[in-house]
Amino acid sequence: MSVGARLRRSIVPYLLSLPAGLWLLVFFLIPLLTIISVSLMVGNPVEGFNLTWNFDVYPDAVSQYATQYGRSFLYGGISTLIALVVMYPVAYWIAFHGGRHKSVLLFLILLPFFVSFVIRILSWQFILADEGIVLGTLKDIGLLGEGVHVLSTPGAVIAGLTYDALPFMALPLYVSLEQIDRAHVDAAADLYANARQRFLRVILPLSAPGVYAGILLVAITNVGDYLSASILGGPNTTMIGNVIQTQYVQNSNYPLASALALMLMTTLLVGMFLYPRTFGTRRLQEYT
Amino acid sequence: MIQDNASFFAQIRPVLEAEQSIGYDLIVISDGWELTQMIHNRWLIPLDRTRMPNFTKYAGPIAKDPSFDPGNTYTVTWQAGLTGLAYDPRKTGREITSVKDLFDPAFEGKVGMMADNTELGAVGMLALGNTDQPNSTPDDWRAAAELLQKQRDDGIVRQYYDQSYIKALENGDTWVTQAWSGDVFQANNSGFPELEFVVPEEGVMLWHDNSMIPLHAAHPVDAMEWIDFYYRPEIQAMIADWVWYLSPVPDAKEIIATKIDDPTVANSPLVFPPPSLERQFREYYTFKGVDDHEEYTSIFDPIIQS
Repeated sequence: MSVGARLRRSIVPYLLSLPAGLWLLVFFLIPLLTIISVSLMVGNPVEGFNLTWNFDVYPDAVSQYATQYGRSFLYGGISTLIALVVMYPVAYWIAFHGGRHKSVLLFLILLPFFVSFVIRILSWQFILADEGIVLGTLKDIGLLGEGVHVLSTPGAVIAGLTYDALPFMALPLYVSLEQIDRAHVDAAADLYANARQRFLRVILPLSAPGVYAGILLVAITNVGDYLSASILGGPNTTMIGNVIQTQYVQNSNYPLASALALMLMTTLLVGMFLYPRTFGTRRLQEYT
Repeated sequence: MIQDNASFFAQIRPVLEAEQSIGYDLIVISDGWELTQMIHNRWLIPLDRTRMPNFTKYAGPIAKDPSFDPGNTYTVTWQAGLTGLAYDPRKTGREITSVKDLFDPAFEGKVGMMADNTELGAVGMLALGNTDQPNSTPDDWRAAAELLQKQRDDGIVRQYYDQSYIKALENGDTWVTQAWSGDVFQANNSGFPELEFVVPEEGVMLWHDNSMIPLHAAHPVDAMEWIDFYYRPEIQAMIADWVWYLSPVPDAKEIIATKIDDPTVANSPLVFPPPSLERQFREYYTFKGVDDHEEYTSIFDPIIQS
């Protein structure tokens, strides 16, 4: 091989990765560095912000908003688990028993996306109103006490988060279940595995990549969500997304907002990094 | 899209800081922290009163010489409104007359408060009998915050609402709520005639949406003429008859009553307030500077977001 060809071979991969690298640099690295530097600034919107390497903003942010942080992970976690438990059977059924209607069924799951999330969550506000079509009716026939309400409770916020997560959970689950080679399942049956064993020892492990991807997709969006809490929540359901929004837009406290956003991102990244390790196999990481 | 004062201001501030035109000749901002910053930073073009004969001739007392912009140097009221209370008499079972009713344990979980810390602080101070809020001090704010925190801790507050408070009242989620006058009027005319707006005995907060001309505007003189055009009584009559907020031009009343023939609006005290009602109007605190605003925010924000 000539020197020229060898050189070409060694730089071509780098050239090919240039567009992706540039993309990362412009749309991820530079904004990220900007946020980091803004978080370490001190000042106010009128006199301007100066970079003073004020690391105190981080402990301050933690002590001020630890509750909202914890709550975000709690709500995010619960809603992710519920979405998984609800959507696994649905995805399973479509993948194994959907037959020729599979694409129609998938389309039905995606259908809500054709309406904006804000509109859908506002509709829940309307449906779940204290004297709305659900609670009002139940109260009229005496099944519920007058004082009962669903809106403004943690339950309503978690329900909103779960609701939004359902399609995001269903799709990766469906893909991984659909890809399972039916011969494996048949082989298990030939070896006298009963239905339960076939599911627990063959199908469930083989669908793990879908479970992994679904959890990742849903948990990350839900922990940082603020719409559900602001529309369905009450005085004690503020999530960290709401705090970041208020600090950024209302109070123009850019350093604090940046610090909060960075901490949220870091926590999620660490979680994402540790998660496949605790979850197990190497295959999972290859999948993602 | 322009959503509210704060996010609009966040958009235009960097442009104004860079000493460039924001592309508007005329903007409308409510009195509050954002407007105060516009004035403090001298980001507005002072108005030439000689070009505004209609304003001089027809402006009513609510538009003249507001505490946030003495002498109307930079701003002229476009429309004004009141922040009082609204309630559903069928639910409360009694008449609501005072801001203290917002703190009544009988309405546990059924009271709507506003998520805007200016509105929240103002009603807290009203409840403590503070009617001279432009001269309030951090001690007054803390006392109000204590009262509001207790209201929250006792489970009386259903939610701290944005504009959606009126939906919550219509849906029965709240029985009593802080409310803007025009919204209640509109709700009355769109299927909820039972809702009532109350001017509490402690007073009612008066706010202004103000026209102003940003620095570097391309056509400032045209903008001034336009602002003044709104003060012609026949023009103001059309606006008031459409938006149902407080009209800054008292002479428009006659035109709405006769030419437009809409007695509901012409006779509404919430569009053309009688002097007895005007005496109940209270002004908001105007922030002196950044530190002042930060202190206020740090006192009231923890109540709203916890």
